[in-house]
Amino acid sequence: SHSIPVRSSETEDLRVDGRGCEDYRCVEVETDVVSNTSGSARVKLGHTDILVGVKAEMGTPKLEKPNEGYLEFFVDCSANATPEFEGRGGDDLGTEIANTLYRIFNNKSSIDLKSLCISPREHCWVLYVDVLLLECGGNLFDAISIAVKAALFNTRIPRVRVLEDEEGSKDIELSDDPYDCIRLSVENVPCIVTLCKIGYRHVVDATLQEEACSLASLLVSVTSKGVVTCMRKVGKGSLDPESIFEMMETGKRVGKVLHTSLQSVLHKEESLGPKRQKVGFLG
Amino acid sequence: MAGLELLSDQGYRVDGRRAAELRKIQARMGVFAQADGSAYIEQGNTKALAVVYGPHEIRGSRARALPDRALVNCQYSSATFSTGERKRRPHGDRKSCEMGLQLRQTFEAAILTQLHPRSQIDIYVQVLQADGGTYAACVNAATLAVLDAGIPMKDFVCACSAGFVDGTALADLSHVEEAAGGPQLALALLPAAGQIALLEMDARLHEDHLERVLEAAAQAARDVHTLLDHVVRQHVREASILLGD
Repeated sequence: SHSIPVRSSETEDLRVDGRGCEDYRCVEVETDVVSNTSGSARVKLGHTDILVGVKAEMGTPKLEKPNEGYLEFFVDCSANATPEFEGRGGDDLGTEIANTLYRIFNNKSSIDLKSLCISPREHCWVLYVDVLLLECGGNLFDAISIAVKAALFNTRIPRVRVLEDEEGSKDIELSDDPYDCIRLSVENVPCIVTLCKIGYRHVVDATLQEEACSLASLLVSVTSKGVVTCMRKVGKGSLDPESIFEMMETGKRVGKVLHTSLQSVLHKEESLGPKRQKVGFLG
Repeated sequence: MAGLELLSDQGYRVDGRRAAELRKIQARMGVFAQADGSAYIEQGNTKALAVVYGPHEIRGSRARALPDRALVNCQYSSATFSTGERKRRPHGDRKSCEMGLQLRQTFEAAILTQLHPRSQIDIYVQVLQADGGTYAACVNAATLAVLDAGIPMKDFVCACSAGFVDGTALADLSHVEEAAGGPQLALALLPAAGQIALLEMDARLHEDHLERVLEAAAQAARDVHTLLDHVVRQHVREASILLGD
């Protein structure tokens, strides 16, 4: 019964809250919110609130990729968002989101994993990317991917040196200077654009009500150059192939704009330097 | 206490505070729009979020409903990146369950549950950064969240931790001071009546010193009360300005 008013306005490129079909809600991004981490970011997209913390720890490389470090994703759907997530209630959604994150990063170019290697086959950096879902206002995947990109941009990994003594045993030395660290290049980190099919049109950045009306959605993971790294259809309804191609084109277009705005915001925030006033949840 | 001096000869602690000095507290109510009540608190480097849903109908089995009062349900969760060393699971382990039960006991003493029979009040606390005094931060945040939700309480619940080093009682312990292994006391107080909602003590403490440590914690809790009272009044003032009163 809710779908009727939303659908009729879709034909004029006007949604319930006044946005066009390809407009995002106001996004707030802030990095370096939590200090116990190597990098962190908070993203607020309408009523969706995500906090991501990245912790860099030393580990052993995987057997099939001895010259690379790796990323581990964990998503915690906190009971803050809705009481249904209490206890193990949020585990299903958390696993689904984590698996999607693994898939979008599962290619050679998203993150330079070779830079995370310390000594081949023995030591490497493992980046634990922990996503905390605090409030759910629709369009989770997009917000989470933006937060992950911002947190990886903010990540500072301490520089280490491998010292080898006469007997051949290796020792790892951490640099004394706490500001001596390596940064990750997030040029090719993809962002997810979710397109929901409502009636005959598709919309970007759906609110909870719009998601409830939509038959099916397409998740497209796009890099800043417009390269698609992963695509997935979700939802109970079905889509015809023509819609899928249309939605993919929209996703690429919207994704490129999203990346440009995100990059400029992140660089602007960084240019404010260490004296920048941190707002966090107090603002 | 391997070489770390918790209290210097001049009376300064590791982070430069005096023995009875609290860390800087900043708090905000109404952080999330979709929850019934929410609040955020920063006590030094410890950051905690509390969200309240309720009073609403009992979820799950109706058999748990109490005929004369509301059921208070608490969950304590600390983010995997909150501690120095990464935590594997945010909640579900023994410590989180115990904290949840302690929070429940604390708030059952303060919330006027008789006003909402056969219903449930959910209090979810999330620790974002843990630097000592997590229980106290959680209780303080939860008090503000319950007030933000408009659920009637007998009084504020204010909590603080205290320790004992070199014959002096220390108020509001940081992680370094907690990890040093001395006696720790956690106290939740209802300030107006001076009633204690929860008292917990770890490690050995001679009973002659107990009164001093208890008094230090109670005084710190009363100081926290002044601050929380100010935060609530500020929030109500802002809300009434927006409503145009």
